[in-house]
Amino acid sequence: MTASIATNQTILVVGGGISGMTAALEAAECGKQVILVEKTPVLGGRTARLYRYFPKMCHPTCGLEINLRRIKQNRNIRLMTMTEVTAVAGSRGNYSVTLKVAPRYVNENCTACGKCGEAVTAEVSNPWNYGLDKMKAAYLPHNMAHPQRYVIDQSIVGTPEGEKAKAACPVGAVDLDMKEESVSLQVGAVIYATGWRPYDAAKIQPYGYDRFPNVITSLEFERLADPQGPTSGKILRPGDGKEAKNVAFIQCAGSRDENHLRHCSRICCMASLKQTQYVREAFGDAGKSTVYYIDIRAIDRFEDFYQMVQKDATVSFVKSKVAKIVENKETGNPILHGVDTEGYHRYATEHDLVVLAVGMEPEITGVKLPDDVILDSSNFIEGSKDGGMFGAGAASSPLDVNRAVQSATAASLHAIQIINKTARAEA
Amino acid sequence: MADNKFAAYICSGCGIGDAMKVPQLEAIAKKEGKMAVVKSHPFLCNAEGVQMIKDDIANEAVTHVCIAACSRRAKTEAFQFDGVAMSRANLREGVLWVVAAGKDHDEVRQEMAADYIRMGCAEVKKMTQPAGNVKESSSKRILVVGGGMSGMTAALEIAEAGYEAVLVEKTGALGGMAAKLWKRQPFKTPYSAPQEVDAGETAARVAANPKIKLYLNSTIAETSGAPGRFVVKVAQESGAVTDETVGAIVQATGFTTYDTAKLPELGGGQPNVVDQAGLEAMAKAANGGAIKRADGKEVKSVVFVQCAGQRDDTGAHLSYCSGHCCGTSIKQATYFKDQNPDVDTVIMYQDLRVPGMGEDFYRSAQERGVIFTKGKASRVAGGDTCSVTFKDLILDDENTIAADLVVLATGQVPNAGVDLEAWNPVVTAAEGGDEAAKAQRIVMHGSSVLKLNYRQGPDMPQFKHGFADSHFICFPYETRRTGIYAAGPVRRPMDMLQATDDATGAALKAIQAVENAALGRAAHPRSGDLSFPKARLEGCTQCKRCTVECPFGAIDEDEKRFPVFNEERCRRCGTCMGACPVRVISFENYSVDTVGSQVKAIEVPEEDEEKPRILVLACENDAYPALDMAGLARLNYSAFVRVIPVRCLGSVNTIWITDALNSGYDGVMMMGCKKGDEYQCHFVKGSELAHYRMSKIGDTLKQMGLEPERVVTQEVAITDNARVVKLINDYVAELDKLGPSPMKGFG
Repeated sequence: MTASIATNQTILVVGGGISGMTAALEAAECGKQVILVEKTPVLGGRTARLYRYFPKMCHPTCGLEINLRRIKQNRNIRLMTMTEVTAVAGSRGNYSVTLKVAPRYVNENCTACGKCGEAVTAEVSNPWNYGLDKMKAAYLPHNMAHPQRYVIDQSIVGTPEGEKAKAACPVGAVDLDMKEESVSLQVGAVIYATGWRPYDAAKIQPYGYDRFPNVITSLEFERLADPQGPTSGKILRPGDGKEAKNVAFIQCAGSRDENHLRHCSRICCMASLKQTQYVREAFGDAGKSTVYYIDIRAIDRFEDFYQMVQKDATVSFVKSKVAKIVENKETGNPILHGVDTEGYHRYATEHDLVVLAVGMEPEITGVKLPDDVILDSSNFIEGSKDGGMFGAGAASSPLDVNRAVQSATAASLHAIQIINKTARAEA
Repeated sequence: MADNKFAAYICSGCGIGDAMKVPQLEAIAKKEGKMAVVKSHPFLCNAEGVQMIKDDIANEAVTHVCIAACSRRAKTEAFQFDGVAMSRANLREGVLWVVAAGKDHDEVRQEMAADYIRMGCAEVKKMTQPAGNVKESSSKRILVVGGGMSGMTAALEIAEAGYEAVLVEKTGALGGMAAKLWKRQPFKTPYSAPQEVDAGETAARVAANPKIKLYLNSTIAETSGAPGRFVVKVAQESGAVTDETVGAIVQATGFTTYDTAKLPELGGGQPNVVDQAGLEAMAKAANGGAIKRADGKEVKSVVFVQCAGQRDDTGAHLSYCSGHCCGTSIKQATYFKDQNPDVDTVIMYQDLRVPGMGEDFYRSAQERGVIFTKGKASRVAGGDTCSVTFKDLILDDENTIAADLVVLATGQVPNAGVDLEAWNPVVTAAEGGDEAAKAQRIVMHGSSVLKLNYRQGPDMPQFKHGFADSHFICFPYETRRTGIYAAGPVRRPMDMLQATDDATGAALKAIQAVENAALGRAAHPRSGDLSFPKARLEGCTQCKRCTVECPFGAIDEDEKRFPVFNEERCRRCGTCMGACPVRVISFENYSVDTVGSQVKAIEVPEEDEEKPRILVLACENDAYPALDMAGLARLNYSAFVRVIPVRCLGSVNTIWITDALNSGYDGVMMMGCKKGDEYQCHFVKGSELAHYRMSKIGDTLKQMGLEPERVVTQEVAITDNARVVKLINDYVAELDKLGPSPMKGFG
């Protein structure tokens, strides 16, 4: 692949979530050349998979639409999906970057007409819904997918199913011979907007995420509430498909814990408060939410939202770190055990569904980064020794969307400063 | 100027050619659309199809192109032709994918497609490709107001990027609140101890930077102009006033601490009760030694009362949380513990709020022996021995502790200047001759930070609790005054780490604003748009609706009360165009005519055909994508509707609606974003204005002898792909019951 021409006045943005899109766009709209690489087949990242945002209860896809429109019309940005950075060499103002581009098996001729998806019968787990459902092995990742191009799952390549997809395509867009490619680029500055991943809930053994089907993560709950999700927006618990009207939210699932994540993940309190309103939206007064918490961190003007939820009669708060969860074998209901620290009494409370407010772990945890990159004790990016590589958004700190965008905008300026210095030096 | 040449390109791919008679569509484009060139292609968006269009542009001098294929949201990269005006007729998402399959629907499907061809041709004929308005002399300097940590950071970051900054600070020294701190909360590894503020060193870097022009003891006497050409009168202590021309403004005017005099029940004003700023002063005076009270006594016990006058739901004090104060109290407790571990330090909190790595700092304080008590203080008494009466939230009982010193963790009150919600009624009264209002206007103007001479008031509009914040989660810098960006605690409550990040982000937005202004490009959310409103003032009746309703304060008034458009402040939403009762405001590529001609181009069936015709005006930001996604999901809606995307419902001019009804349309449905306090309109008030304007259309309908149901306005979200379908189908059913429009046949 030789299409991407980059120079030491180009900014590389790694990650196509809201932080990466923001960093790329803000630089591009200042007139800078940007290469935006995204590991998955589409832009949007984790925010696009949220049903609503706190505190406005608006939809993340609304902002995504604006950002995609900006990206589609801006020729300063070159987008590379299914692409990962494998190596960065050099130094500030002059990096050599090696990228690995995975095969999509669908070329740019694709019109998203959907014929390949109709032809294929094989199904694969749907990552957009965190594996809560399955999708065709020839798929458009989601409604607002950009690029608006199908993907053929690797598992059907070389099988009759793959051939069916190819035969069904009216425009010759399915190319089963695509191979992984390696691309080398020169860039002047690098922004890591690699985001976060949910802490592995199965590691919190007493909560039984891996044993009890009706214990799920806060991210999975977002998909259940979303009309575009696996249950078409109905809050049905995975164990038996029954409506989950009585929902427990366990805060600090993995966060603020020396055995798991040392840091506070910042967003989880607000996320759970928001999700109590999904229960209300679905069931009205018949819904019931219980938030088990240590401190409710509804910081700055989010406090208004907390006060609103406190007034909601369907929501109650228990100050307690839940000790363990057992399952009622007959009903499949999780039973929460612990001590309510306000008055110190023990409880064993049954709920239809438990939502673990899982912590944010940097997506780059365990990934080999250039030696120059400086990480804090939780693997968030503080910066780089040479001053030419930057963390942005949740890669740099556990941040909510608003602060992630702010952080990405700041990182974008830092990258521009490098580029402008390089340009002045060469002028 | 070369002659216009119009061309239409019809794609028959994606099944369009199978479900529709493309030759007939071509004929319509030729005969009715009056297109000079009409071509169809089986795969228009591929390299060959696009090349065909490019060749016509290059060889046939085509200047205007109608692409009849997929939605304007699809294949946008393929269909980009520089300097060529383009319309998109949505045959795929708008017809093929939403009209029920099968022969029974062939006729209505074809009619729908034909209308979209007519509309696409009509639209492009009225369009002019905006050339933009490049300004050679546009200023790229940036004004920073406020010399605290946020302002200093903004100025340094601007300079570091190679731009010039002008920094105006009202006091005699840089540093603001930061300069008054002994230490700051840790903001980088290790998160176990307070870190140096370095405000003095930062101030020295500002003062020494050749790209930063510094005004101390100075305020702003007036700001006029627009991005790229603001003229700022800087009033100095000497009485001198200097004009500075700048391209953009960062407002980093910080905060004032909440007045402890308002907290008598918490000991405000009493001896040995201080706020956090007071404690910083004591720590600075101690300079690493034992912290002493005003009476000279060494502090051996201290209680920090969190949320003092904050998180208050009674309405008496601040209802919000200031975010930094838990970490600040932890920091201040370590001042004592690190000097003398025997000092008793109690932090009394309701929820301890130390996000991110702050948790490590919290842990380090616990290791130092700082006591954290979950309690709510009800009464503080100052004196030689202070006492704090509180409800212990764990033991659920009332308790009292004594201490040498009590520190109240009070909140941040933004220095945002004049609240425009309060300003506008005063101005209206003053203009009406009210003497008290005239006096009040002078006082209020004196408290303004920016002293903008804008028609809509002297400062930025404030959001909740007086902060100059944006309403948009995805776009924190999307302010309502183009080219002016708030940064730091004036924008929302925040700690120093966030403030420096915020200042850096605001610096970028300011740089972007000056670059956009120079090229005549719009700022977010229509970034890159080169069009701008043009008004035929000879038709203007000076009604002032455009100047009042512009959400961005872009339009001023001259002495004769004619509107003065400030192109660089304009965000291209078209609210002024929607507001204008005499229709003299338009954009080159989006005008009363580009939409009006589409309304007129649609064929309205006669009454006996029993095919109602319904116009849907859909906001391009949320409603139109939702309709597209309904198509993607192959949901079916009535083939009797004709959808026209609009920039914002605020841009909808009533003439489109009355024209439609006059020509026999059976109904008009508008689809916009959510309005109200939690509005989702990207142009703030567009949806609200549309609802308001439509509430006034009743009289017109009555005069026409039409039922009020003929015009409806809906709020939809981008996720509403199923709902928009239901809204349309339900409306068609409702109109069916109502019967055909009595206007049919008179059009």
